[in-house]
Amino acid sequence: MDLTYTPAEEAFRAEARAWLEANVPHDLASGDSAEGFAQHLEWERALHAARWAVVSWPERYGGRDASIWEWLIFEEEYYRAGAPMRVTQNGIFLLAPTIFEFGTQEQQDALLPRMAAAEDLWCQGWSEPGAGSDLAATKARAVRDEAGGGWRLTGQKTWTTRGAFCTHMFGLFRSDPGSERHRGLTYFMVPLDAPGVTVRGFGRLDGDEGFAEVFLDDAFVPDDAVLGGVDRGWSVAMATTGSERGLTLRSPGRFLSAAERLVELARDRGAREDALARDRVVRAWIDADAYQQFTLQQVTEIAAGSATGARSSLNKLFWSQLDVRLHETALDLLGPEAELDGPWSRGFLFALAGPIYAGTNEIQRNIVAERVLGLPRK
Amino acid sequence: MRFALNSDQAALREAVRDLLRAECPPAVVRAGWPGSEESDLARVRRVWDQLGEMGVLGAAVPEADGGLGLGAVALVGLLEEAGRAALPLPLMETAFVAGPLLAAAGEAALVERLAAGELVVGAALDGSGIVPFAQVADALIAGDARAPGGELRLLRPPAFAPLESIDGARGLGRVAADAGLVLDLDAAALAAAWERGALGAAAQLLGLGRALLALAADYVTERRQFGVAIGTFQAVKHQLADALLALEFAAPAVLRAAWSLDRGAGDAGRDVAVAKALASDAALQVAATALQVHGAIAYTVEYDLHLHAKRVWAGARAWGDADWQRTRVAAALGLLPEEALR
Repeated sequence: MDLTYTPAEEAFRAEARAWLEANVPHDLASGDSAEGFAQHLEWERALHAARWAVVSWPERYGGRDASIWEWLIFEEEYYRAGAPMRVTQNGIFLLAPTIFEFGTQEQQDALLPRMAAAEDLWCQGWSEPGAGSDLAATKARAVRDEAGGGWRLTGQKTWTTRGAFCTHMFGLFRSDPGSERHRGLTYFMVPLDAPGVTVRGFGRLDGDEGFAEVFLDDAFVPDDAVLGGVDRGWSVAMATTGSERGLTLRSPGRFLSAAERLVELARDRGAREDALARDRVVRAWIDADAYQQFTLQQVTEIAAGSATGARSSLNKLFWSQLDVRLHETALDLLGPEAELDGPWSRGFLFALAGPIYAGTNEIQRNIVAERVLGLPRK
Repeated sequence: MRFALNSDQAALREAVRDLLRAECPPAVVRAGWPGSEESDLARVRRVWDQLGEMGVLGAAVPEADGGLGLGAVALVGLLEEAGRAALPLPLMETAFVAGPLLAAAGEAALVERLAAGELVVGAALDGSGIVPFAQVADALIAGDARAPGGELRLLRPPAFAPLESIDGARGLGRVAADAGLVLDLDAAALAAAWERGALGAAAQLLGLGRALLALAADYVTERRQFGVAIGTFQAVKHQLADALLALEFAAPAVLRAAWSLDRGAGDAGRDVAVAKALASDAALQVAATALQVHGAIAYTVEYDLHLHAKRVWAGARAWGDADWQRTRVAAALGLLPEEALR
């Protein structure tokens, strides 16, 4: 047990902190609006130019070869500095780990540098109108085009976050027409400007055009759009969802920083004199701290070579509930001002999505019960 | 950065776990209920002797005083194992609180006996005068370690009026405020003893919770209703998943608090408070869930679940309940003036 960082890691932290303090932009418009997305892209490109966009990646792809501990440190500093949400997150945190695991050398060399530089902007194509929590009900299909040397994709994807602003989408398509459920699916990476692809953005709960539905009508993609092998898409997709539920998408830095802001808000709003309000603030702060400790333990296990597996569902349950509670508590402290547009009300609406996306929390509880506790499926 | 036990610490924990699994099954927990039909305190004491032979009882005593000089990080895992077994003896109070405390008070002869496994010590430092395991102890420590200018007294031999607990194995005794001899301790030693007790209680609660959850998971996998195992129902699965979630996020907080105590970190008191608050709440949640998913079978004294659940209902409130601990955290966060704490 040693909860200290090495001098080299502390130096890394100091370098990140100094750069972030000097460069973090404030008051950007929402990254889920057209105007705000463009502003966020400028920020992403500034991060990339200073090699902070993808710290854990190899240098040749734009990273710093940072260890997982350094990545965690960077995340802490990033949120501590009040830096903007990462509009590139679905690429760099979700698709990229999958490309590192399943991609060919050619795919890695072609895709990763452009992703790091925010030249290619990736969104997810999991859900369909008839396949939400039940991802294995995917109907969108891929038909072999021997003459063209690729595949023809047809179907509809929905709830595609920032789909209206992104350039590429990754998702599952049924490549074996006779297959059922999780067999016969293939993981494809699709340029959204391909002929036959239509993207329609629409408003989320917060009113921003953060959602899109993506219609594919016989859209052609070449063979190298397949990640991880034909008909093997389910296991490839599971690697991505593991990242989404687990650590890479929601590191503790985000919640620690929100909890500190909540404590400040509570001090400003007289919670010292209100035992009930105080207790709720303290509970939220304790949970953010617990998520940090859980993460340090988990990263120790990852660094020692063990896979997180189904336990990533524990992360997802905990952080999604924590995020809602943190923001609900803040709104209660704000009282009549809670409904005003601002960081807490926006954060609250954002947090409400947490228990739904990346597999609803009901699905996560099933996974924990069956695959961690070993309860019977049927 | 390394958030894990080292191999020596893990091996010691494993050894204690194996010992207790073999030597402290539910029948021995029942034997630890003084005055009950199944009471067999000599049998319980044999488990103590074996823990003594392993060196566990003097583990926290400084090496200069004949102990192993192990820190809290090494010991919280052992205490979690004692909780898992619902060991009906004050291992935590004796090894984790009294050992270092008596050493600090200069009671060398007593410390030597304690480390040799010859001394079972019951302790209550919260000023209530209600001391767990008084009925099986060779010595008691009572008083108020939390009050400014508080003092602790040593009662040897124990002098108490027996009290009935919901958990018979707790063997409670009420101690008079002026009984015994005042131990020679400074404020820092008093505070340290309190923190160790609160952290040790948290570790035991984790183990109790893990045992209850394992019992519940096994039961719902076997028990059939409507033609299927009841563990296939989502209403059951989700409750057990939430119970595991609470335990899994309390456990790292306990280990971190142990590390902070060992380092003498400025935040150690706050970290202990976080650990005990989370562990108390988690154990209470698991106990309630385990009882509920069992149904009527667990609402009996014939089934074993109550042996652990009752220890949780008592232990969650001892050494500062979750509300009290969160008030300490509020103070550390500047949400409360320090002097409002008691």
